[in-house]
Formats: sequence, C-alpha cells, structure tokens
Amino acid sequence: MISRLGLIAFCAALVASADATELRGTGDLGIVVERASGSLLIVDTSSRAALGRVEGLGDLSHASAVFSRDQRFAYVFGRDGGLTKVDLLTTSIAKRVMQAGNAVGGAISDDGMLVAVSNYEPGGVRVFDAKTLAQVADIPAIGADGKPSKTVGLVDVPGRRFAYALYDAGEIWIADFSQGANAVVTRLTGVGKLPYDGNVTPDGRHYLAGLFGEDGVVHVDLWGEPLRAVRILDKYGRGEEPLPVYKMPHLEGWAAAGDRLLIPAVGRHELLAVDLRSFKEVDRIATHGQPVFAVARPDGRYTWVNFAHPRNDTIDVVDNVTLQVVRRFKAGPAVLHMEFTPRGHETWVSVRDADRVDVYDAATFARKAEIEARKPSGILFTARATRIGQ
Amino acid sequence: MAVALALAGRAATAGDAVDPARLTDLVRQDCGSCHGLTLRGGLGKPLTADRLTQWDRDQLAHIILDGVPGTPMPPWRPLLSESEARWIADALKAGGLR
Repeated sequence: MISRLGLIAFCAALVASADATELRGTGDLGIVVERASGSLLIVDTSSRAALGRVEGLGDLSHASAVFSRDQRFAYVFGRDGGLTKVDLLTTSIAKRVMQAGNAVGGAISDDGMLVAVSNYEPGGVRVFDAKTLAQVADIPAIGADGKPSKTVGLVDVPGRRFAYALYDAGEIWIADFSQGANAVVTRLTGVGKLPYDGNVTPDGRHYLAGLFGEDGVVHVDLWGEPLRAVRILDKYGRGEEPLPVYKMPHLEGWAAAGDRLLIPAVGRHELLAVDLRSFKEVDRIATHGQPVFAVARPDGRYTWVNFAHPRNDTIDVVDNVTLQVVRRFKAGPAVLHMEFTPRGHETWVSVRDADRVDVYDAATFARKAEIEARKPSGILFTARATRIGQ
Repeated sequence: MAVALALAGRAATAGDAVDPARLTDLVRQDCGSCHGLTLRGGLGKPLTADRLTQWDRDQLAHIILDGVPGTPMPPWRPLLSESEARWIADALKAGGLR
C-alpha cells in the first residue's frame, strides 16, 4: 500500500517527467544557420520562435542541410567538410564527422538511407549511411581531362540516384545506388564551361545546371534513355558584356511556377522565364539587382527574389502569371535567404547584418515577427524532407 | 588584430580614408561567399597567407580591382578604391581578416 505522501510524490514526479519529454511533432520545425558562429537555431514556425541553439558545427559559410524522412534530424553540410546530424527534438548533435577538407552541400536519397556530400577538396562526392554517418561510397570526380574536379549542384533524384555537376571539368554525372553501395555512374561530358550549380524540377524529372563560363543552361531529361545533356537558353546574354558577379546565383529552392521556371541570369539584373515543356525562353523579368535566390511560393503563384552584394537589401516579388515585379521592398541589410512555410502562408527571411530573421505574411507582406539570430544565412524547414531535390 | 590595426594606420597615413572594420567585414562576409568565411577556400582559391606568398601586394591589389578574366573572380573596382584594395592585400598577406 502506498502512503498518501508517497502517492503525491509519485504524481509530482510523473508531471515533471511529462514536462521534460512532452510529445510533439516536427512538421512545423526548421533550422536557421548562423554562419559566423558555427551554430544553428532550431525554430518553430507555429509559434514563430527559436526553441534553442546548437553549437559546435564548425565553419558554416555556405552551409546547407537536408532532413531525415521522419523530419526529426537535420544533416548539416559545413564548408570545412563537417557533416553533422542534428536532433531537432533534443536540440543537440546526434553525430558529427569530418568527411572532407572543403564541402559545399549535399542531398539525401529518396529512401532516406544515404546522405551524399559534394566536395571541393578533394573534390568528388562521398556517401554516408544516414543512421551512423559511416562512409559507404567515395566517388572521385575525375573528368574526361583526367583531373580531379570540384562538384556542385548535388541533388537526389528518384530511383536512389544522385545528380551533380563537375565544376572544373564541365560534366554532369548521375550516380545510381539502386543496386547497392557500388554506384553505377553515368558521365555526361563536355556539357559546358564552369557549371556553378544545378537542381532538379520538383517532379524529379529535369536536371538543370547553370553555366558560369558561358551564357547557357544544361538540361538533362532524367526520363530519357540514354541520358543526354542538351544546351538550352544558349547565348541568353546576346553577346552583351555581363556585369561583375559579386555573389553566385543559386539554383537551390528555385522557382517552378506552374508551367514555367524562373532562373537567375548570371551577371544581369534579370530572371529568365523558361517554358517547362519546350525549355525555351518565354520572357525576361527585369529585377532590382542580380538575383541570387528565386524561390516560388509553394502554390507557385508568386516568386520572391533576393540579390547579390551590393544590392542585397531588397526583395522583389514576381507575379508568376503576368511575369511582372508586383512588390519591391527594403527588407534590411544583407538579405541572404528566404524560406516559405510548407503551404506558403508565411515567408521567413534572414537579414544577416541586422542579426535577425523576419517573418512575413506571404500575402499581405506584413512583418509578423522577428527572431534574433547571429549573422543568419540559410533557413530550412523540415517539410523539405518530403520534396525531391531538397 | 594588432597587425590589422598597424596596417590600418599605415594605409590611413597613405592618403584616402580606409575603414578597417568595414573592409574586414566585407572580406569575411562577401569575399567569403566564394573563398570561405575563414578564407580557406571554396569555389574560389584559399586566401590564407601561406597561399599568397607568390604574389606581392600590388599584384593582389590588381587582382582585387580588376578580377581574373575567365574565372568568377569579379573586378571590385566599382566598389573599392585603390587604397582599400592595397589595405586588403596587405592584411591578407599578413594573415589577417580571418
């Protein structure tokens, strides 16, 4: 028989443990990369607040992340080659390995079992077990020229495959892990000079790589047999001298809006609108500066665009029906990234030099909240776990 | 830091105004987009002192101001003065700005 006092103590203990381990989902969580301090904020998009900070992730300049299928873990790719698995529920590092000397980003396979990292030093792609972070494959990127290459634009594509571009060699490779850890690699060579980034359309069918060394984009239809690289938007600069580029555009989070794709034009104050069936240019949109990110609201109705230094205090909002800029506003010093909530009711914006993240109503543009963050760059929400190429 | 301050003093006496805090921030944050926040390299080459020994200050200032054609290194002349470029070149060679 339990004494009355004992029962009270027992109940109190139960309450305390319930507080410490309250059940919750992760579908409304995300991370904010604090690039200079090597830390992450774990954020809750429902309460528009930071839940905590995870430190000790190394050099996070140009950091990005992908999420586990259960949306509990973020895999963070650091510049210094660090690969860190972060537990969003406990706000802590679950596992961390230094997998290379200098890295740029990564992807997670469609089955959630493989995490691939794109490396600058020593180049190539390394692939890890998503549970343990043990290395399962190493694919050096030796181009047709016989030299090792930096890799960029690494994304997952359906069929336990990864697609990426070889920056120095000018190639696109598709690594197929459907038969196990020994990937079958398809090499598309001589695709163009200096592919700087690449991405796949949200349906997983079309891989596109932007070229820096010439005016053009390379298209690979992943449903094609055999796979072929086709040049599109050739000579879109029409021979005009491009402007100096103070920040590379990104094709991450690009804008697939209805039947069009909006792509940053390198060295120009323009977005190129491309028809998603013919892959021909249908229009150009004059913008405030050189676009860095062009991110479509999840419903595809509008695209938010930020810009390269020194015009990086402004956001343009493009109407995807009329292809006009319908809103232009100063969002603060050094706007680095924008992320929509999963169904697009709000936009989170990192304002690096103001050390804060702003939350906007995506329809009215009202600023609804601000969250303190140290030199914030990438904002990534767990809903990315459900999307191809993110 | 002491090196940066000493260099700043020298550049300031040389003529045009140089704002060390602004330039340090610019190198770390904006050059860092390609060269890495700690300047150990990225899409662009490392800018650590040991990797810059083969260039003198004026050569580096020239690269900063006029870029490297055929590569993504842009000319910074529209945004930086010659004394600012020389200040950055000196500070990089001294291992500062990281």
